[in-house]
Amino acid sequence: MSVLVVVECDGGEVKKSSLEVASYGSQVAQLLGTTATAVAVGEATEASLAALGEQGITKVLYDAEPRLKDFVNGAYTKLIAAAAQQEDAKVLVLANSNIGAAVGSRLSVRLQASLATNVVELPKVDGGAFTVKRGAFSGKALADVKLSGDRKIIAVKKNSIEALHEAGKTAQVESFSAQLTDADFADAPKQVVMQDQAGGVLLPEADKVVSGGRGMKGPENWNLIEDLAKALGAATACSKPVSDVDWRPHHEHVGQTGITVSPNLYIACGISGAIQHLAGVNSSKVIVVINKDPEAPFFKAADYGIVGDVFDVLPKLTQAVKELG
Amino acid sequence: MKFLVCISNVPDTTTKITFTPDNKEFNKAGVQFVINPWDEYALTRAIELKEAQGGGTVTVLNVGEADTEPNIRKALAIGADDAIRVNAAPTDAFFVAQQIASVAKEGGYDVILMGKESIDYNGFQVHGMVGEMLGIPTVAPAMKLDMSGTTATLEREIEGGKEIVEVNTPFVASCQQPMCEPRIPNMRGIMTARTKPLKVVQPTSDAARTEVAEYALPPKKQGVKLIPAESAGELIKLLRNEAKVI
Repeated sequence: MSVLVVVECDGGEVKKSSLEVASYGSQVAQLLGTTATAVAVGEATEASLAALGEQGITKVLYDAEPRLKDFVNGAYTKLIAAAAQQEDAKVLVLANSNIGAAVGSRLSVRLQASLATNVVELPKVDGGAFTVKRGAFSGKALADVKLSGDRKIIAVKKNSIEALHEAGKTAQVESFSAQLTDADFADAPKQVVMQDQAGGVLLPEADKVVSGGRGMKGPENWNLIEDLAKALGAATACSKPVSDVDWRPHHEHVGQTGITVSPNLYIACGISGAIQHLAGVNSSKVIVVINKDPEAPFFKAADYGIVGDVFDVLPKLTQAVKELG
Repeated sequence: MKFLVCISNVPDTTTKITFTPDNKEFNKAGVQFVINPWDEYALTRAIELKEAQGGGTVTVLNVGEADTEPNIRKALAIGADDAIRVNAAPTDAFFVAQQIASVAKEGGYDVILMGKESIDYNGFQVHGMVGEMLGIPTVAPAMKLDMSGTTATLEREIEGGKEIVEVNTPFVASCQQPMCEPRIPNMRGIMTARTKPLKVVQPTSDAARTEVAEYALPPKKQGVKLIPAESAGELIKLLRNEAKVI
């Protein structure tokens, strides 16, 4: 019996959200008096996988099959199911990401497991029963959910668990093969198009976000957002009206029908704070709102606010960040 | 081609969330329910594809009690041809997925579409469960869907980019923007929706795997601390020294 965690890798490195998932899994293993094994997907180096020891992982399984570099729903599901079987995993932990949701939901049926997504805390363990806290109603509520049955799958919301860092500990990396066949790659992507990040930070993984709304007046003014984001090491984002008129690409749209983010810091510039926008950002730890309209509803959801013109305020903030050094 | 579109009946986005006195259920009293916004992408795209093909059917499926029928009628008014309601309160994602899989199996649908997730439970689970139960591919979340014969080309959003995926029917896709511009019903649609068939069936299984023990509201914010615009730089100091986020 063990806990199996799924770690997503990209460009050789383990994603930040997967460091959180690994830390979550190792703490669950501790609660259950067992060890945590990881199965890695995506492109990883042996050194980055061994370093998962710092998050409390004892062993990492890795299948170096080159076609697993990109996300393939069928193949990933089979690989993780095989790892769960080999390790006799009763608990499977993964990220509440697009990959995690796509494979976690299939695995719950294949492994006859109960599944909770969007989980924000470690489980309360009572014998064989788990109770987990998860976000619901688009961030407007939390639900304690009881998971029944012998096997459980937990998808952990990004930035809700502090990653462990026990310096110097390493995990044992083992090669692993799920005997994948061509049929498992039937839904392999024909093409993968990555966004041009130009040294920027990926929005879904970001712990700081600078976001702009219609108050920015046009795409030509986005350098003000980008300058502050760059100084802070933050990702850029936008509201729905902005992506609807193509000032910014859809993948930057946060809100009810866009991306949900939960960074440590969310700075909203010229966004009024419609309820649909709040639904995508309301679990951010600290929200800063800059808007010239003191009546903007976003101020009610904010921790810090500046009533002022974004064109005047943003350069001052960028300057102040640079002065911090 | 036969499209099955699964819709969820959810509280309107602007709803103030409250619970029953035992905190076990959402308090529906006085709440306006709508078609889940993500599901509207699935519905409209299915109708567009049917129109482009010049034939076929779009069937709407909802797992819910009789009070969901106004929104099922709304989906028919938007342009679906017929509807099926599985007469049961949706207890959890696994329960709902079983009902969808059972309807899908019986009806022999080619394309099963739904929204990425519902805005109430935010599970993002049903698509994969249905695909696995039926043994067919799932593409989630899909931002674009085109059909050519029995082959679909989809764009799947991945963190930091997108994958172009081709699958053959039957398949399941969970939809999100910018797939299409969701339609709203017109007067003619509303009139014809009244007489379109709405079949009520009983659930095939009552198995669920999770249960909500208690709902709670998130901790309240302290209230906003305002910094004068002329000393905007002070904000950065507060973020470092007080909030400790930079």
